[in-house]
Amino acid sequence: MAEDFHHALKFKYDLCIGCSHCTGVCPTSAIHVEDGHPVLDPNRCVDCGRCYVACPMNAIYIEQDDFQTIYDYKYPVLLVPSIFLAQFEEKIRERTILSALLHLGFKDIYEVEKSVDFIKEYIRRDLENGNVPYEKPVISSFCPAIVRLIQVKFPVLVDNIYLVKAPFDMTAEYIKKSLTEKGVKEEDIGIFYVSPCAAKIAAIKSPVGEEKSPVSGVINMNYLYSKVLRVIKTGEYKMCDESARFHRLSKASITYPLTGGETKMLRIGRNLAIDDIHNVSEFLEKVEDEDIQDIDFLELRACDGSCCGGILTAENRFLMIERQRKRMQKCSDEVDSEDNDLLNYFDYLADKRHVSEVEPRSMDKMDDNVAAAMQKMKRAFEINQNLPQVDCHLCGYPSCKALAEAVVTDKAQIQQCIFVQRAMEHYDLLTPKEAHDISAKVWGAKKTDPTIAKNLNL
Amino acid sequence: MNFEYHVEGGDFTNAGSTSSQVKRMLKKIGVSPEIVKKTVVALYEAEVNIVAHAYRGDIFVDLEEDHVKIVLADEGPGIPDIDKAMQKGYSTASQKVREMGFGAGMGLPNIKNNSDSLNITSEVGKGTTIEFINYFQ
Repeated sequence: MAEDFHHALKFKYDLCIGCSHCTGVCPTSAIHVEDGHPVLDPNRCVDCGRCYVACPMNAIYIEQDDFQTIYDYKYPVLLVPSIFLAQFEEKIRERTILSALLHLGFKDIYEVEKSVDFIKEYIRRDLENGNVPYEKPVISSFCPAIVRLIQVKFPVLVDNIYLVKAPFDMTAEYIKKSLTEKGVKEEDIGIFYVSPCAAKIAAIKSPVGEEKSPVSGVINMNYLYSKVLRVIKTGEYKMCDESARFHRLSKASITYPLTGGETKMLRIGRNLAIDDIHNVSEFLEKVEDEDIQDIDFLELRACDGSCCGGILTAENRFLMIERQRKRMQKCSDEVDSEDNDLLNYFDYLADKRHVSEVEPRSMDKMDDNVAAAMQKMKRAFEINQNLPQVDCHLCGYPSCKALAEAVVTDKAQIQQCIFVQRAMEHYDLLTPKEAHDISAKVWGAKKTDPTIAKNLNL
Repeated sequence: MNFEYHVEGGDFTNAGSTSSQVKRMLKKIGVSPEIVKKTVVALYEAEVNIVAHAYRGDIFVDLEEDHVKIVLADEGPGIPDIDKAMQKGYSTASQKVREMGFGAGMGLPNIKNNSDSLNITSEVGKGTTIEFINYFQ
């Protein structure tokens, strides 16, 4: 088995009340409950962040680098997705935001989508040369949660993934190259990427199908949003001069992070854009089944509203999408290399853009040995047939099927099912005290404390 | 391990459900993605053939440690000339079926291309039995 995936999502057990809402929303059934707290299966989790959204206690946090590390570099640079600006109300001007960011200590600010025009041109050449995956539909590799979802849940489709570096990586390569050419020492450059989601963070910390990322650190988007807003509200920044502004981007670059932006830009045959990881799962299941055929390109995004729906964005996604579209209308259709210096580095970036193959790592495999796996699968079927199919979560697992599979892989015991408990009590195979102790092991002592009955005057 | 599924002719809504279930089993026992894909393609085609052409059929799946054997036995019109049906593009599907996007031919050749061994027997007026095996190594 390959190394465990790195995950950016972590549980704070001191805040967790063990409600298990997170287990139910997980698209890969990666979470179960033990001793009153969620436990993550690192080989199933794809860092989509649905659990983070579902948690009523804010007991899930997303790891990030300490902001102070930007000062470890003589030349800290901010690499920020264009949707960062869409979080701010219209009355806050771009120049104000830029000034606040510079005030925080960044020497330069680059928007991630600076490399989108390069990617567009490169893919156009790939298509002309037939240099795209043979398997149809070709699937965009833009969203790292989707790439991981395919690895674990739809391994049949790994060869359909179109392996190109994401815009943030390409722009980071450009920043490094162009700054060193200007005489900045490489070790002085710190590139800090602002992430709208957990998946991008996980991808930077342990890239799938890629060598080490050129990004030096990651800042969570909502954290930076608050920091910038604070600087603006307190007025402690110095307004930068009139000429300073965000780099000019093309219309396509601004729509790129929105749902449909990639398909609209690439126009590859018959294409579809699908957002929300559950929608994507449903669709890929059918693609894998051969039930859906003759599609050339799929733009898939884990979040509803694509990156604007990222779990680390600070503003409502619909308002962000609206602002992004408004900004797009002010942009020109084409931007040349005079406006976008990155395009002067075409050949250099073309060399850098390849990523190595993405390996399938099926989460469904029940044993490394086929014979043993068959036995376990058979046993899991039999167990599941006797379970109530209520999917009540009370065993600590998201479904009856998940419990059956956990039982045959020695991760759980069948008595965790309360229906099984009742049946066993009926035949005196289990005492009420034993049944209670089993539930206490799943839900923790506090939730299963018998004094609850007294408190309720029962 | 043996499994049995039933398919109703004309029920396009559920066409493909057997191949989907077999796919899930193959993933669980750790069959490589390429062989899962092959098997799904072959089984899907064969299953849709029953839905498109036959009155009803049964699918028998025999899952072994090193291979899967799938037998699809239908009650239906049968195939008068199997050699002809094996030709690329040949189809006897009705206009109604074609309008639904099925029956463009390619069915049987596609099953052949995605199976390690294929055996078809058919009796006109009674039905067709397709049997194919895919090995895991």
